[in-house]
Amino acid sequence: MTLTLEAAPQLIRVRPLLRVTGLHKRYGQTQAVRGVSFELYPGEVLGIVGESGSGKSTVLRLLNLEETPDGGRFELGETPDVFALTRQERRAVQVHQIGIVYQNPHLGLRLRSSASGNIAERLLSAGERRYGALREAASTSLAASEFPLARMDDPPLVLSGGMQQRVQLAKATALSPRLLLLDEPTTGLDVSVQARVLDTLRTMQRAHQVSMIVVSHDLGVIRTLADRVLVMRGGLVVERGLSDQVLDDPQHPYTQELVHAKL
Amino acid sequence: MSTLADLAAPRADYTFAFLDEHAKREVRRSLLKAVCIPGYQVPYASREVPMARGWGTGGLQVTLSVIGERDTLKVTDQGADDSVNAVNIRRFVARMTGVVTTTDTLEATLIQSRHRIPEERLREGQILILQVPLPDPFSYLEPSRSKARELHADSDYALLWLRLYEDLTRRGEVMTGADHPVSVHGHYVMAPSPIPRFDVPKLHQAPHLTLLSAGREKKLYAVPPYTDVQPLAFTDVPFQIERQEGWVCAQSGVSGGFMTELPLPGGGARYVLSDTGLLDKLVRARRGEAVTVGETYTELGPEASP
Repeated sequence: MTLTLEAAPQLIRVRPLLRVTGLHKRYGQTQAVRGVSFELYPGEVLGIVGESGSGKSTVLRLLNLEETPDGGRFELGETPDVFALTRQERRAVQVHQIGIVYQNPHLGLRLRSSASGNIAERLLSAGERRYGALREAASTSLAASEFPLARMDDPPLVLSGGMQQRVQLAKATALSPRLLLLDEPTTGLDVSVQARVLDTLRTMQRAHQVSMIVVSHDLGVIRTLADRVLVMRGGLVVERGLSDQVLDDPQHPYTQELVHAKL
Repeated sequence: MSTLADLAAPRADYTFAFLDEHAKREVRRSLLKAVCIPGYQVPYASREVPMARGWGTGGLQVTLSVIGERDTLKVTDQGADDSVNAVNIRRFVARMTGVVTTTDTLEATLIQSRHRIPEERLREGQILILQVPLPDPFSYLEPSRSKARELHADSDYALLWLRLYEDLTRRGEVMTGADHPVSVHGHYVMAPSPIPRFDVPKLHQAPHLTLLSAGREKKLYAVPPYTDVQPLAFTDVPFQIERQEGWVCAQSGVSGGFMTELPLPGGGARYVLSDTGLLDKLVRARRGEAVTVGETYTELGPEASP
């Protein structure tokens, strides 16, 4: 029996926003990522879990075009392979279509510039040259990530960890990217702040149907945010499926260990 | 019968213009490249000259490489022809080449300058050589040189714009005193050497050739004649020059030129034109001598009694 397109579930009828096939990355003798493939559908949140060194952050860096892979294709929207683009085109994709939030705000922010300046920088990269427009976009974006606007001109250096993550989030979403990458977005924050930042992330995701990839070793974060989950170990995907399914009924021995290792 | 001494070139202590021919050729080649790619920083060898790095060795090497026997040289330092730096460089080049020197912008074919562009309009055929301490506008913003080069190649100047944004946000105005970054011919952003903002508009579509050279940093770059030079400024916050309204030159009585502020012992200050070549001519004209004052970039205000 063949499925007709009309009868197929929504996810199958909709073209995936992103399709990664056969991603490889090697650092010297270490094969960090070996043949990872997955899809991400519009408005979906994909979680990637795994222990330190499993290659999950490398996957994210490759998707953010910070590093060049040793092999693999990266289809994003109408672009058949982002890795095959020229340097200038890749940069345009990175600025306009991808946003990223790092675990460490040092990586994503200029700590000595003002918070609003950090968001303005993103718009300046995209060619905005009106000061008024920059101010407005910065405050809109900061307000959307629930940052107190009274502090929008303070440098991130003097802000708390939770606030810094909100600035990163505002910067990442300032140009409404099609793909939002989150690398351990709440690790290192205390539990109550973590909960509030996660809450903001979820609200934004619901409101704008942002397609996100969340990397975390914290299963709580994955359970809160992700629709689907990939479990990585040693550069390989060992298990994949719906979050509830994988986290409640893990099949692979490593996933079982991971799920039961909670304190 | 000819001896070895007859065949050898006549002995000379120095070559024309001090630098050996290979050194001059190397600088000229870099200059040609710089003129072809307006605003692009071309590396060059930067030879030793009998002057300490940081005192205009970059400008001096360019001067020595492009100067010819029939050139007329003017050297200024902050607009002044009589400061130590200017006097030393002028004397050195004159001794090594035998060219005529002048303080008059109109007579000069070659003008080496530190931190100023003369007030009188430069014309086609004149060459302005600016001494540059820090050739890269990313100097204090991007610590990695190789990263800065990539940013130049990508024409990614968000960092420089961010600096303007930060100034406007924190202080309400752009705080670049001198060396305001300029976009040249639509691609590269260059540091115009620490000329005041007052001088920056003089570079736009200028009929003369501007050569900029940093001896310590071993980089030179150029603005060819009739090239677009636009200071970085937000479209809704216009570029502004220094505020000197109401400043009147104490010696010539004119206003409208770029003034040097001289503090007075009892507080307060008096002002004199920073361009001493022009000041000298204006003062002589007041005394009734016959001098030709060229057209100036900015309109000089009516003479008030000094």
